[in-house]
Amino acid sequence: MSNYSKKMVEVSQVTLLREQDAHKEPVLDVRNLGIDFGGLTAVDNFSISMGPTEISGLIGPNGAGKTTIFNLLTSVYQPTRGSILLKGIDTKGKTTAQVARMGIARTFQNIRLFGNMSALDNVKVGMHYEIPYSFVSSMLHLPSYYKAEKTANAKAMELLDFMGLADVADHQAGSLPYGVQRRLEIVRALATDPAIVLLDEPAAGMNPSETAELTDQIRRIRDTFHIAIFLIEHDMNLVMNVCEAIAVVNYGKIIAKGTPDQVKNNPAVIEAYLGRKDG
Amino acid sequence: MKKLLTKKSTRMNLLTYLLVTVAFIVMQTLASNDMLKSSTKGFLIPVCSYIVLAVSLNLLVGVCGELSLGHAGFMGIGTFAGIITAALLADVIPNGTVRLAAAMIVGGVIAGIMGFLIGIPVLRLRGDYLAIVTLAFGEILKNVISNLYVGMDSGGLHMTLSSGGLKLAEGGVMIVSGPRGATGVTKLSTFAAGFVLILFTLFVVQNLINSKEGRAIRAVRDNRIAAESVGINVTAFRMKAFVVSAVLAGMAGALFGLNYSSITASKFNFNTSINILVFVVLGGMGNILGSVISATVLYILPEAMRGLKDYRMIIYAVVLILVMLFTWSPKMTAFSARIKEKITGLFRKGEVSHE
Amino acid sequence: MKILQYLINGISIGSVYAIIALGYTMVYGIAKMLNFAHGDVIMVGAYVSFCVTNYLGMPVIVSILASVVVCTVLGITIEALAYKPLRGTPSLAVLITAIGVSYFLQNAAQLIWSSSPKNFTSIVTFDPIHLADGRIVITGEVIITILASVVIMAGLTWFTSSTRIGKAMRAVSEDRDAAQLMGINVNSTISTTFAIGSALAAIAGVLLCSTVPTLQPTTGSMPGIRAFTAAVFGGIGSIPGAMLGGILLGIIETFSKAYLSHQFSDAIVFSVLIIILLVKPAGLLGKQVQEKV
Repeated sequence: MSNYSKKMVEVSQVTLLREQDAHKEPVLDVRNLGIDFGGLTAVDNFSISMGPTEISGLIGPNGAGKTTIFNLLTSVYQPTRGSILLKGIDTKGKTTAQVARMGIARTFQNIRLFGNMSALDNVKVGMHYEIPYSFVSSMLHLPSYYKAEKTANAKAMELLDFMGLADVADHQAGSLPYGVQRRLEIVRALATDPAIVLLDEPAAGMNPSETAELTDQIRRIRDTFHIAIFLIEHDMNLVMNVCEAIAVVNYGKIIAKGTPDQVKNNPAVIEAYLGRKDG
Repeated sequence: MKKLLTKKSTRMNLLTYLLVTVAFIVMQTLASNDMLKSSTKGFLIPVCSYIVLAVSLNLLVGVCGELSLGHAGFMGIGTFAGIITAALLADVIPNGTVRLAAAMIVGGVIAGIMGFLIGIPVLRLRGDYLAIVTLAFGEILKNVISNLYVGMDSGGLHMTLSSGGLKLAEGGVMIVSGPRGATGVTKLSTFAAGFVLILFTLFVVQNLINSKEGRAIRAVRDNRIAAESVGINVTAFRMKAFVVSAVLAGMAGALFGLNYSSITASKFNFNTSINILVFVVLGGMGNILGSVISATVLYILPEAMRGLKDYRMIIYAVVLILVMLFTWSPKMTAFSARIKEKITGLFRKGEVSHE
Repeated sequence: MKILQYLINGISIGSVYAIIALGYTMVYGIAKMLNFAHGDVIMVGAYVSFCVTNYLGMPVIVSILASVVVCTVLGITIEALAYKPLRGTPSLAVLITAIGVSYFLQNAAQLIWSSSPKNFTSIVTFDPIHLADGRIVITGEVIITILASVVIMAGLTWFTSSTRIGKAMRAVSEDRDAAQLMGINVNSTISTTFAIGSALAAIAGVLLCSTVPTLQPTTGSMPGIRAFTAAVFGGIGSIPGAMLGGILLGIIETFSKAYLSHQFSDAIVFSVLIIILLVKPAGLLGKQVQEKV
């Protein structure tokens, strides 16, 4: 353990920003984040900073606390220690819904779509706060309803098309194939007009060709929407290919941070994944 | 317009309006030509009330996914608020229809306010616990209403919850007298008013389901955590569904109450809440037309079986259990699917032999 | 002194609620269903006991045994015919079926025994005990009721912690799939639970009607709802919770009738329930389970 903390000091100095992001305020600035569950420390001293158009990865062995970190970032859990600044605003005490409206969107490891609704409606739920008609208009279907719904439909179709899902717009979300559901979750996240998207194992359950396609799509998302992407993934090809910076966690702590190449060759990382050579 | 019609939900909505209108015209024609038994005539208005109650509860249970066991409480508030309003306005508005409309609006608004107040604590809970708290509130409302004394005299409106009752000035009239309920109510409800209320309810509920609010409500039902993750304020949307549902139940209650010359609070007990829930579940969760049909059929069924006397409720119970088993049991659904396949298979064979 | 008298009466009626609540809570814990027909099983139990003593002239103990046997068989039959085919379907479907069963039992009772109330003769024959110069009266019914509930509680605690079937019940309630994988026969475990719950309902029926001697087809519904409230109060699914909830509910009800308001006792009892659930959303002794994200 003492070994880890020493290395951690070294690597935590590394802040990797894309050239475009230099001198810009980070979209996400996390400092010394930690959470305890009944005396058990699940995440500790987690700090990262992400530029507004950066693609970063969060990797680590199973049970390392990756999803817990996502849950902290989206206020599903309130942190025991530390702070999260989203676009410079502290998210402390805010609800998941409030944080989402501030500009953080996510997908889930165990897919959480609105299963009984159409793919299109799933996306339109994501756009809820952009659709400008009142509750009265909802009940009475005033002209403003038809106008706004038409615009919303067009935009939702555009987003679906972007991820190659236009064909399944009318299908029930719950009955779509696994890989399609994963991508639909991404579209729904994008529909909230986020500043940063958290993807929790987006390639899980995908075959190699689907994964390759996803790799391109992730990059295209960033280049089109100019947003930051933070992803958890076990598929190292995808991570190394698409991420500009990677943080490695084990036992809830960052054990390495840097570019894909730096991380790949970090002895602490190798040890965390493969175990100690002499052990 | 053509494109609109191709959408399945729109077609279903129009079908619902159409069926309700046809049913109204048929019944109204029969009634005005004296072709209905007086017992049949007697349940035209209650059926309208129960349709509205079922549709409004379906918004909560089917669309929002929250089990409520206290819907009769809101109905009761509507009934008594409506009766009091109608009595107060007796001199001001001589026209019965206008007075009925005012009574229904006041009934709806007061039920809605109560729905909002109750919703604040209730909607913090989920699942079975929410169901139990709605049950508890239903019982509380019933208990309070059955101890409510309202009277009117030259000094205006008087109200008390004390068991001593009210002392009214000379010439005063009691409108609601505690456990004995409301007596001497002027019957204002008409079948036409019931029909209009059904149309209004269908219009509001179906529109709501097919709007952004409806989408958010359904999203919360399907996956609360995902709904939160896209910014949906879960409690706010559950509250909206809860209040709309309470308002409609209150209006239905006013219609119901002003159909009888006297009514007591004990009518709005747990059993009534459960009956409305049965209408919703048998009609299909989230299926509005289903609620309309099942409320009608299930209300008429025991009435139609009056000839069977003591056996009618037992038959009703058995029918209820059997319907549940046939529609939900995995074995039964698999069985009916096989039968269906066999029948369609026969047809297919038939088609081949035709060629 | 008066306060002590109310307390004793409250514990007594609370003990009846507790015995009924145990049936609700066990069934909920294991089958995850709200068995709204449970209250009506109580009524059947009371009628059977009434018939055996009044029409057959049998001794009290035989009537209790008969009512336990009839209710146990009834409980198992209801479960097998109406609930078992619906296992794995949404809980609302089972709830509505349970309501159907409740209607059925009430109306069947009305057919058999008519709706006019029967005057139930108490099973207790010995005289009340007078304490503190007669200022406190403890009736035989009170003693028997409290004793019965203590014995039942102790018995159930022993049963669920020490016997094979009891442990299987706890396993099924914790995680049905895992229990099945470990070789526990889930179906027979659920049947056993219904059997026990219904046997308890029979005893509750006899005790209830010994205290409140009016017996009619709807006798079970209000105590049923009360006891159900008690089960939730204590934390539904928890056996000590049902006991605690039942007794507390009885005390609150008696005290609010005595000191606050007689006609608003229902409203007070249910308000307390709501407040408890807001402070402790899973009830007094229930476990709060958070959904995993």
